[in-house]
Amino acid sequence: MTDNQVGVGAADTAAPLVSPVPAIELHGVVKEYRVHGELVQAVKGVTLAIAEGEFFSLLGPSGCGKTTTMRMIAGFEDPTRGTVSLHGGDVTGVPADKRDVNMVFQSYALFPHMNVWENVAFGLRRRKTPEAEIKRRVGEMLAIVDLTGRERRRPRELSGGQQQRVALARALVNRPRALLLDEPLGALDLKLRQAMQTELKRIQREVGITFVYVTHDQSEALTMSDRIAVMNNGEVEQLAGPREIYERPATAFVAGFIGTSNLLTGTVDRVDDGCAVLALGDGGRVLVAGSAHAAGDTLQVTVRPEKITISAERPSGRVSAARGTVEDVSYLGTYTSYAVRLPEGTEVTVFQQNAFDSSTTAEPGDSVWLSWQPHHSFAIGS
Amino acid sequence: MKRLTPYLLVLPGGLWLLAFLVVPIIFMASVSTQEGDVVNGFVQTFNVGNYVQAIGDFHTQFLRSAGYGLAGTAIAILLAYPMAYWIAFKGGARKSTYLLLVLLPFFVSFVLRTVSWKFMLADDGILLGPLKAIGLLPEDFHVLQTTAAVIGGLVYNYLAFMVLPIYVALERVDHRLVEAARDLYASRLGTFTKVVLPLSLPGVFAGVLMTFVPMTADYVNAAVLGGPENTMIGNVIQTQYLVGNDYPVGAALSLTLMAATLIGVFAYARALGTENVLAAAAR
Repeated sequence: MTDNQVGVGAADTAAPLVSPVPAIELHGVVKEYRVHGELVQAVKGVTLAIAEGEFFSLLGPSGCGKTTTMRMIAGFEDPTRGTVSLHGGDVTGVPADKRDVNMVFQSYALFPHMNVWENVAFGLRRRKTPEAEIKRRVGEMLAIVDLTGRERRRPRELSGGQQQRVALARALVNRPRALLLDEPLGALDLKLRQAMQTELKRIQREVGITFVYVTHDQSEALTMSDRIAVMNNGEVEQLAGPREIYERPATAFVAGFIGTSNLLTGTVDRVDDGCAVLALGDGGRVLVAGSAHAAGDTLQVTVRPEKITISAERPSGRVSAARGTVEDVSYLGTYTSYAVRLPEGTEVTVFQQNAFDSSTTAEPGDSVWLSWQPHHSFAIGS
Repeated sequence: MKRLTPYLLVLPGGLWLLAFLVVPIIFMASVSTQEGDVVNGFVQTFNVGNYVQAIGDFHTQFLRSAGYGLAGTAIAILLAYPMAYWIAFKGGARKSTYLLLVLLPFFVSFVLRTVSWKFMLADDGILLGPLKAIGLLPEDFHVLQTTAAVIGGLVYNYLAFMVLPIYVALERVDHRLVEAARDLYASRLGTFTKVVLPLSLPGVFAGVLMTFVPMTADYVNAAVLGGPENTMIGNVIQTQYLVGNDYPVGAALSLTLMAATLIGVFAYARALGTENVLAAAAR
């Protein structure tokens, strides 16, 4: 992640990106299906606004409703209740071919009986674009996705990455007001996926179109998005920039789904200088900065593994501290992962960068102290 | 042993075809150039005149058979495509039931079904009788012994061979392609003509082969439902063998039919090979 992207990522603190009218707006969208006579809610009242030119991700596990939400934006499904608006105009019930958005399908869905050129020209032809303009625009788009010279190839004669770029070109050549991408990198191998992430970001900046990106891959969403809506069980759990989502998860689900996270439960002992103090066993304590809780409240607190320091001695100062026993040590190249068991039974994961000679290296069975800053503890909603 | 396995797998079927297809064809080719009669026996004289006679005397029936085959195939496409489309896309969980219904007539003998048509369509039968009685049809109206009856019978008897390959092709069309076309501004009709139809053409192509060839060579429908004006080449061959006892001309007719069909099929495959059709449809 470059500094530049982090800056864009903190969009929730920045001013509205371009236009005050959102490119896409969902209002109280509910989608119900009847499965074997039983009513199932795939999407349970989603309300969100996606700004013009934004790279917006719908992130969540399979079955969370993210794909259904996207299909309602595309016009393949109609919401049971609620409205979908594109650029301020209500399009609820308008079929897909009458909507100015295009989609990149998960498995690309390239037309197998057409060559690359015909695939890319399909949308322009349906819109009766003059042949000269089709020629120019398809040529330009194939140049952008680096497929010049492969116009006469059939989709099956292309590699996965090339098919992916044809799918992208086929959608973008129509200059849609928004581009929907349904797990477009899912079928590619890791190296190619990382290259395509950068590529997608570049193309998005180049064409300046709103991208709505559906993925279950949290690192993909964190790398590329301006904002992310984390979905679970048909609802948006948190909608914020990547940094905010990672650093300040709003719910236990978000904390667990994005990266690795430790979850500690305790009762507030006292509030000390704006800092809630939770007592742990064996003289340990957790400090939660800036929390609005009172003594006696039971709290769930998350802390990221890389924020925790391991030491042999009890750390001094205003920090969270917990005593535990090292159960497992895994060397993972850039960092080492420790599994530490606390007296009350909770297992805490700790990542230590292998930047220098790791003087704090502990062995399984060692009794150690864990510590972290008060502002790295987050009380989360249940 | 491992190297021999593929050959061993082919062997039983190969022998079967050799014994019951290749040998009879060679035998027939030999008979087709012989002379003589059934009482004094036939002698090989390499007489090509049998072919001249076969084509000269019976070219009307050859052309009629081809015409009936083409008409029957065309009607079969028009009837089978919507049916296969409906089963493939709207059949839901009952697809296999519908397919079974399409195949159900095959549980009754082909000849028996055609004969029962003859009873149903008889001039004063259960269908035409009452209609004539109440004056909806003129007294001299008839269905049997007409071209329509023979082609109708052909279509009925071979329809399933058109439905099944088209169904298989449609069933294979990825539904996401339909969505992709809709997403790229194609109307419902445009999605059908530009995506679904081209992708199902291999099925239509296979269906045409599976219906046109047996329709052209059919003799049951013409014999049961048709009249003297509807004789097809199959009926002529049957008469030559079983009534006229003129084996050489019968054999010459059979081989000519086979050769003509093969040439027709190859020409069809060359001209309308799926690749060409798909290329034309892509625009």
